[in-house]
Amino acid sequence: MRLSQKEYAGMVKSASPDSPVLLSCLKAFAAGGAICAFAQGLSVLYGTWLAEKKQADLAVTLTLIFLTAVLTAFGVFDKIAKHAGAGTFVPITGFANSIVSPAMEFSTEGRILGTGAQMFRIAGPVLVYGLSMAAVYGALYRLFVYWMGGGA
Amino acid sequence: MSTIERTGRTIRLREPPVLLAEAAVGSQKERQGPLGKWLHFVFEDAFAGTKTWEAAESAMHQKAVQLALERAGLRETDVDVALAGDLLNQCMSSSFALRQMQIPFAGMFGACSTMALTLGMAAILTACGAAERAIASTSSHFCAAEKQFRMPLEYGGQRAPTAQWTATAAGAAVVARKGDGPRIEAVHFGTVTDYGVKDSANMGAAMAPSACRTIADFLEDLRLKPAQMDLILTGDLGAVGSDLLQNLLRRERDTEIRAVHQDCGCLLYDDTQDVHAGASGCGCSAAVLCAHILRRMREGSLRRVLFAGTGALLSGVSPLQGESIPSVTHAVLLTAQGGTV
Repeated sequence: MRLSQKEYAGMVKSASPDSPVLLSCLKAFAAGGAICAFAQGLSVLYGTWLAEKKQADLAVTLTLIFLTAVLTAFGVFDKIAKHAGAGTFVPITGFANSIVSPAMEFSTEGRILGTGAQMFRIAGPVLVYGLSMAAVYGALYRLFVYWMGGGA
Repeated sequence: MSTIERTGRTIRLREPPVLLAEAAVGSQKERQGPLGKWLHFVFEDAFAGTKTWEAAESAMHQKAVQLALERAGLRETDVDVALAGDLLNQCMSSSFALRQMQIPFAGMFGACSTMALTLGMAAILTACGAAERAIASTSSHFCAAEKQFRMPLEYGGQRAPTAQWTATAAGAAVVARKGDGPRIEAVHFGTVTDYGVKDSANMGAAMAPSACRTIADFLEDLRLKPAQMDLILTGDLGAVGSDLLQNLLRRERDTEIRAVHQDCGCLLYDDTQDVHAGASGCGCSAAVLCAHILRRMREGSLRRVLFAGTGALLSGVSPLQGESIPSVTHAVLLTAQGGTV
């Protein structure tokens, strides 16, 4: 007798191994924490060279992006990310990797329609909705400040 | 009496065509697997001497066809038709592989069931005399498949435990109306089946229902019991799909195949190769069949094999549009020379 879709879905669920959630969380916590600690160290280091904290923090971000790009180019980043998961995905490292990896992958289709057109295929949605939300938030903030009687 | 006869949905070939020769090629990862030593050619790196993944797959496909011809002692002009297909858009790997060759080409798409589909078509064309000799071939390439269906290679993502690894491999077989070699006694084209699985990281689960249907229908049509087979070989169900297939056959069709069932997806790599639920891709079943199973049939250690190629018929856009994954399973009955149904 033919099983219903629901019955089969139940069978599939029990036959399919689950992702090791706890282990993944622990690894992500350790990797993400390590990246943040490393970035904090950089921030302190740059702080001794640069006068303003803002400049130092910007330099930290740029360093992380640069290192990710290099590691991605040498085929190392994905091997780390396989274990680190959200630990490498959530910081700016994930964003940098999501731009560099398609840029490399589609280089065989040329500079314009390959690398140029495809490099934002993963990061594109983040940019679109990130920037949109920033605009909405900015407008709300401006209105809030106006209503509260602040602002110029 | 006609040499071709229908029994239910199964096509029986009364004067069965033979597999004159076959060839399987792979990359280093396949060489490192349990069947690596039986591959007829291994490429040094995944680019196979080309500059793109797509061209690399084509080169592997072409190599498999050339080797199969060589092993059969034939020239290109001795073959009347090449039936070939693959996973890349417009079956690019197959047509580009054959563009240098002087063989009439009929492209076929069956996703990962392509080896069984092309073998079945080649058997029918040769059995009915439309071709004296035909080539059945297919290929897949991990990097080309990832690029087309999933994420860039260097993208730092995590794969699900149910995900499978697309084989970087190709296989080709020469089917002839007359000659020596394992025979194709019956062909069964599957019906597209969809049990509503939407998870494209669990293709084994999506394909198991179609494999169940084809295998059970085939056995019923020919009034065969699983125990009468030496091997029921599915294409690329992987560990999860194999388990589901055996369960489905028990529950839906009251058929137990556990003792004789193996899956190419579970044979190509071993547990240390980090492929999660197993191998997949057109090249998986093609390489396992051409490197391993047919060799064993020629040696006489396997006499009757039902080769059921499984294919997930999703496209690059269908999962994004919320569609579930339809699948199809084509089967051919192979018997060692001297054996019969």
